[in-house]
Amino acid sequence: MTAAVAVVLAVNGEALSPLAGPGETLLDILRSRAELTGSKRGCNTGVCGACTVLVDGKAARSCLMLAADCAGREIVTIEGLDGDPHAALLREEMAGAGAVQCGYCTPGIIVALTDLFRGAAGPPDAGAVRHWLGGNICRCTGYVSIVEAAVKAGRRAVGSEPGMPGQ
Amino acid sequence: MKGLPEAIGARLPRRDAADKLAGAARYTDDLSRPGMLHAAILGSPWPSARILGIDTAAARALPGVRAVLTGADLPDRRWGLFVYDETPLAAGVVRYVGEPVAAVAAADLATARAAAALIEVDYEELTPVLSIEAALEDGAVPVHREFGSYEKRPDLGFERVNEIARQEFSEGDVEAAWADCDVIVEGVYQVPSQSHVYLEPVSAIAEFDRAGKLTVRSANQSVNKVQATLSRALDLPMSKIRVVTPAVGGAFGGKSGVTVQPLVAHLARVTGRPVKLTLTREEDFMAMRRRHPAVVRVRTGAKADGTLIARDLDIVYDGGAYAEDSPAVLGFGLLMARGPYAIPHCRLRGRAVYTNRLRAAGFRGYGNPQVTFATEAQIDELADRLGLDPVELRLKNAVEAGGRWIGGQTITSCGLRACLTEARDTSGWAGKRRDGGIGAGGKRRGVGVSAFAHICGLLGTSATVRLLEDGTAALAHSAVDLGQGAEAALAQICAGALDIDVDRVDSAPADSGAAPYNWSTGGSRVTYMVGRAVMQAADAVRQQIARHAAETFECAPGDIEIRPGGRAGIVGVPERELSFGEISLRAHYRTGGPIIGSGALVYDGEAFDYKEAVIRNYPFERVGTYVFGAHVVEVEVDTVTGKVEILRAWAAHDVGRAINPTSVEGQILGGFVQGAGYALLEEMLWEDGQPVNPSMMDYKVFGALDLPLDIHPIIVEEPEPSGPFGAKGIGEPPLVGAAPAIANAVAHATGLRLRTIPMTPERVLDALAAAAER
Repeated sequence: MTAAVAVVLAVNGEALSPLAGPGETLLDILRSRAELTGSKRGCNTGVCGACTVLVDGKAARSCLMLAADCAGREIVTIEGLDGDPHAALLREEMAGAGAVQCGYCTPGIIVALTDLFRGAAGPPDAGAVRHWLGGNICRCTGYVSIVEAAVKAGRRAVGSEPGMPGQ
Repeated sequence: MKGLPEAIGARLPRRDAADKLAGAARYTDDLSRPGMLHAAILGSPWPSARILGIDTAAARALPGVRAVLTGADLPDRRWGLFVYDETPLAAGVVRYVGEPVAAVAAADLATARAAAALIEVDYEELTPVLSIEAALEDGAVPVHREFGSYEKRPDLGFERVNEIARQEFSEGDVEAAWADCDVIVEGVYQVPSQSHVYLEPVSAIAEFDRAGKLTVRSANQSVNKVQATLSRALDLPMSKIRVVTPAVGGAFGGKSGVTVQPLVAHLARVTGRPVKLTLTREEDFMAMRRRHPAVVRVRTGAKADGTLIARDLDIVYDGGAYAEDSPAVLGFGLLMARGPYAIPHCRLRGRAVYTNRLRAAGFRGYGNPQVTFATEAQIDELADRLGLDPVELRLKNAVEAGGRWIGGQTITSCGLRACLTEARDTSGWAGKRRDGGIGAGGKRRGVGVSAFAHICGLLGTSATVRLLEDGTAALAHSAVDLGQGAEAALAQICAGALDIDVDRVDSAPADSGAAPYNWSTGGSRVTYMVGRAVMQAADAVRQQIARHAAETFECAPGDIEIRPGGRAGIVGVPERELSFGEISLRAHYRTGGPIIGSGALVYDGEAFDYKEAVIRNYPFERVGTYVFGAHVVEVEVDTVTGKVEILRAWAAHDVGRAINPTSVEGQILGGFVQGAGYALLEEMLWEDGQPVNPSMMDYKVFGALDLPLDIHPIIVEEPEPSGPFGAKGIGEPPLVGAAPAIANAVAHATGLRLRTIPMTPERVLDALAAAAER
């Protein structure tokens, strides 16, 4: 086996230089080295979306990214969205709608939708939300409550008040 | 009747939601223990083979490896629910591809996996049994040569090689009754193996303390079942085993027995260190559990006016390599096989068999989806032949409260008619039915209905309620929350029973060392059964509160009333009252001792009537109280691509009383969608015993884009006299009705009766082609 290398990256605004073994993914590093366990391993093959994080501001599957390739990148995980206004609205609406059951898909969905809201020119409709969540599997809810909560949160979040980052 | 307490029927957000939304909820694999080792397993490459030898030298030599275990290293202590046939690692023989053969514990996961890959196993391949037919043919090879020597529950009824169980429910005289029927329909229906695909793969952490006590943290549905099975597997008294449940990322029946806990406990025992094993998704697909595929032969007859007269049903469930829940799944399927109709003459028979495929087990619906897919298709086939409206035919024959289920139990509450009429009326059934087959561009629309039943009940449970010093309450029970909202529903029941705000009720996650017994989170039973135990416990607390108040006010306890908001006072004298906090302080520090109430019960409804019905080898004499539902689904079938698209659905369920309507709707929506996957998409496949699609890449479940938002949960409340505030269960039924309603809609759209699910585009096109040739 080749030796582990130190990878310098920013996670939730903090500089980290964890050791990454060959083949280790960003998800491995986040969960085992950075102790950020909010990103979940559902399939480890990029299908379920439970490991979704923001990489340089864009939603990405951390189970598919080699840790070594993340040098110099800015990573934001679900834990890093605690002060985020979009995530706050999503959390509020999802809790009220019963859109959280087992919760294993939930962090990935919040991260993915936060990315959608940030890039959206206006409040995304149900169709846009469903398309955006095409790669996030939820086995519990049947998606209806998640999509409805996201649409509501989007109406409150995106392009509706000054200072919100929807352009 | 007095109005309901505020907590009952309230759409309260779950308490666990905030942590889950923050990514702060801790699931088993998120946890670590000081000094913890990581485990990996090696699975069998063959569906059936003898293990001639295992060379672990290279694995042991790898730096960081602390232990390598094979079946030969473990004591011969088997476990099971009805047949004691399971071991933590294959013992001498492998019986399905993926069966764990060896396990490694190492300092880190990469080392554990590398070591597992270095283990060399010498196999002698044996002839595998790869289908129900092969299992039952004359001269079939037994999947378990040692079957005769296994400890088992008596009266499983098996007769042939590879039969795990054989059962029957019969009433009336079927053979004679056919002569009274004007129309008889007959068919063979095939249902697939569905994977649970809970999003959290199975995981467990085990550790022993220096006094020899084992603690296991794991995803499970019953700390008490896991504790009991570990006791047997490790030869430890239950007093030396504590089972704790972190957050569970879905289960659906797939985590109802032990999974990898015994294996991880053995690794912890030999290494003296905490050990964690988390399966990869592929290992989980291959080595855990699945829904029983089945072949169902059914014949149903009716009078010209639609009166159902007779049914003969024979089902064979493929139980896979280990017996697990098979005898109970079989029996429950048969109990549901008359459907929610008063059919006087029924012969319902079935078997569960061993094959060299993954074990089948409980999965949301528990034998019922298999049977109901067939029987509800047949009701539509009858309606078609009789020229009757499918909803009308169902209403005409629907059971009612006060009627009898097959086996003789009285139906104590029944909202079936309301479910059917609500689903019919809100869906615009009549118009959609008239327009069947209409569509453009090769697309055909149709609408279908299903009516179905399930139970909630089963076995034992208990709960305690303590009044804390400030008058708030601590509820303890062992109903593991799998994401469905059990914890919140039970807290609401407790709050309702004490008439206090739900925020004044604490409850802790299931922990065998801290909370009273509960058989399982399964069988749609938690709200109903554990809810009843909570009601008993809260009632005992109310009585003690009343006694304290009566002593304080020097009146009779009967003159005391419990008032909303945690107060007890003299009836008719509003100003004479004490807060629960004042009473609790008195109890803690002056007289009587801390207030604690407990509740305990075993399901206590009517037993089967063995004089009225022939019931052979069913392992229970009372199961539960009956719950009902009806689905209407509108589909569009693309006759060019074969794709079936669900356009809209209405799912009506009688829940007795919705303790938390948002949670109830969540169960209806999620269950319906899993059932839609069963109908249209999901199927675990094997070729020559090798799994074809054991990954989420190849075994697809529905995504957000595949489904409409027009899925409408309809809550019907027909209170169950024995239920907490009238509540019944809802966990499983929403899955049961989906597939038959969808199949009936496809038949309405195309005129094609598909008797095999999932109704994939290939199957639909094949059926269209076959119809074109006729």
